[in-house]
Amino acid sequence: MNSKALLAATALVAITLSLPATAAELTVGFSQIGSESGWRAAETSVSKSEAAKRKVTLKIADAQQKQENQIKAIRSFIAQGVDAIFLAPVVSSGWDAVLKGAKEAKIPVVLLDRDIDPSGKELYLTAVTSDSVHEGAVAGEWLAKTVAGKACSVVELQGTVGASVATNRKKGFDSVVAKNANLKVVRSQTGDFTRAKGKEVMESFIKAEGGGKNICAVYAHNDDMMVGAIQAMKEAGLKPGKDVLTVSIDAVPDIFKAIAAGEANATVELTPNMAGPALDAIMAYKAKGTVPPKWIQTESKLYTAADDPQKIYDSKKGLGY
Amino acid sequence: MPSMMRRLLQSRGLAQIIALLVILAIDRAVSPQFFDLRMQDGRLFGSLIDVLNRGAPVALLALGMVLVIATRGIDLSVGAVMAIAGAIAASLADAYGLPLALAAALGAGLLCGLWNGFLVAVLGIQPIVATLILMVAGRGVAQLITEGRIVTFTAPDLVWLGNGAVLGVPTPVVVVLGMLVVTGAVVRGSALGLLIEATGGNARASELAGIRTRGMILAVYVWCGLCAALAGVIAAADIMGADANNAGLWLELDAILAVVIGGTSLFGGRFSPVLAMVGALIIQAMNTGILLSGYPPEFNLLVKAAVVLIVLLLQSPRFASAGAVLWRAQQ
Repeated sequence: MNSKALLAATALVAITLSLPATAAELTVGFSQIGSESGWRAAETSVSKSEAAKRKVTLKIADAQQKQENQIKAIRSFIAQGVDAIFLAPVVSSGWDAVLKGAKEAKIPVVLLDRDIDPSGKELYLTAVTSDSVHEGAVAGEWLAKTVAGKACSVVELQGTVGASVATNRKKGFDSVVAKNANLKVVRSQTGDFTRAKGKEVMESFIKAEGGGKNICAVYAHNDDMMVGAIQAMKEAGLKPGKDVLTVSIDAVPDIFKAIAAGEANATVELTPNMAGPALDAIMAYKAKGTVPPKWIQTESKLYTAADDPQKIYDSKKGLGY
Repeated sequence: MPSMMRRLLQSRGLAQIIALLVILAIDRAVSPQFFDLRMQDGRLFGSLIDVLNRGAPVALLALGMVLVIATRGIDLSVGAVMAIAGAIAASLADAYGLPLALAAALGAGLLCGLWNGFLVAVLGIQPIVATLILMVAGRGVAQLITEGRIVTFTAPDLVWLGNGAVLGVPTPVVVVLGMLVVTGAVVRGSALGLLIEATGGNARASELAGIRTRGMILAVYVWCGLCAALAGVIAAADIMGADANNAGLWLELDAILAVVIGGTSLFGGRFSPVLAMVGALIIQAMNTGILLSGYPPEFNLLVKAAVVLIVLLLQSPRFASAGAVLWRAQQ
């Protein structure tokens, strides 16, 4: 083999090696909060598949629920000269300095799932989040439609007291209840977003409401509490999904199992796909300079038994929920 | 007659039992059907059963904690040990069956207890610091086992541990009673209880008197780990899943509270497993009452704090003598 051939071969190898890099037009750094919940794990895995679908190289940095780790990750993304930065902020304040750095480096920042304080409004391109007031309203409207004017006593399992998601999901549901005189929230207690507390609180609701005979529907601020409440209803000899209507929020896989078994009626999805719309916005911004709106609201889709729950369960099971 | 009255009033445990009865009476007032009982699917059903059943995990934790506190120690890691044991049991139950899952979970609890005991008894680290390590790391271990998900299972014998019944009595309640009898038999049926009290009262003097205080301290932490593991298995069986993020979260505080309400001093020495159980029941009767009352959840913690304060004041000798002085002044 002479030296010319060797050179040609080396060049060929170099070109082949560089091919995937040129095909991936964009590199995006994603500062993720950490593994705080199943939903968060699903968001990470969906982000990876959405990026792969668009041939974008996604670099994910796990911050282990610490803001200083997120700031470090963003600094290193800036140093690497990525094309865009996704940030799921663990807290809402303290981002000004590091985001100013990104702005000076002309790297657009997109917030995922959570917003930051208004003072940082100019420092990011857009925020992709769900509207949790709207989620509560979607749940309420499903119930109003399903009972169709019949009087209905609702018990509510609230999220953790003081959590903004819990406050908002309550607000959205209450706004629908206020418009429908036949709906009435008779009991409302916190189940701390957990299965165990959801079950315990539902047990006492059942006893306080005549063995559950007076309860027409259960509204839970998340699916996990509803899974616990369903167990409590079954143990009390009630038939959830039939005697008692259920509607909850999040759309985690286990609630689809319950819907498929006829033990739950409806769930409102908090989609783990925040990266998809964010990537679309970034690609349009990079290619054509289209500036996206400041807030991209994700869809709060309602699922019931009519949506082939078993199939959704199978597709969501592997996402890490 | 007055001297008999006084002796009765000063007898141990009276304050706790009165407190429990008062709280049950308040529960009855906020929820008229509180004492109603009926059978449902071969299992007793009613708010009173809820108090016993929901109180079971904290009661088990308190049973281990009371011995640790009697040696002048404290175990902050019990909540995390619950999470570990629940995660192990839930991950193994479907594939390997209950005996192995239970053995592995309890074995893990034993190891955790051994670790705590080693740090305290052998290395001489202060108990609150020593067990803080596992309190933080243990939840991480549990999250590693479950990979941050809620691991669900269907193994019917494990589900029975949380949701089944023996002669109508929920299994968790039966387990607590069994453990209470075992603990009582071991510590009061032998000199062990006395040796533990001596260790807690004055470790140095006990050592000089020939008590192997190191072994004693090691043993109570192991027992505490075992009780916590059992509580974790029951908590997982109850919801048919292991939730590493939330199982046993802050329950170490409820367990310590149950022991303290039961009249055991944090400075070690005299202890009572039975009264620690009464303490756990007081806490749960209060929690269930709050849930039944229909008050907004914002009041939960305030009500709880107020009740705990009153129960502790009832037990305070200084408060009692101040009360007596006031009463005499009024006469």
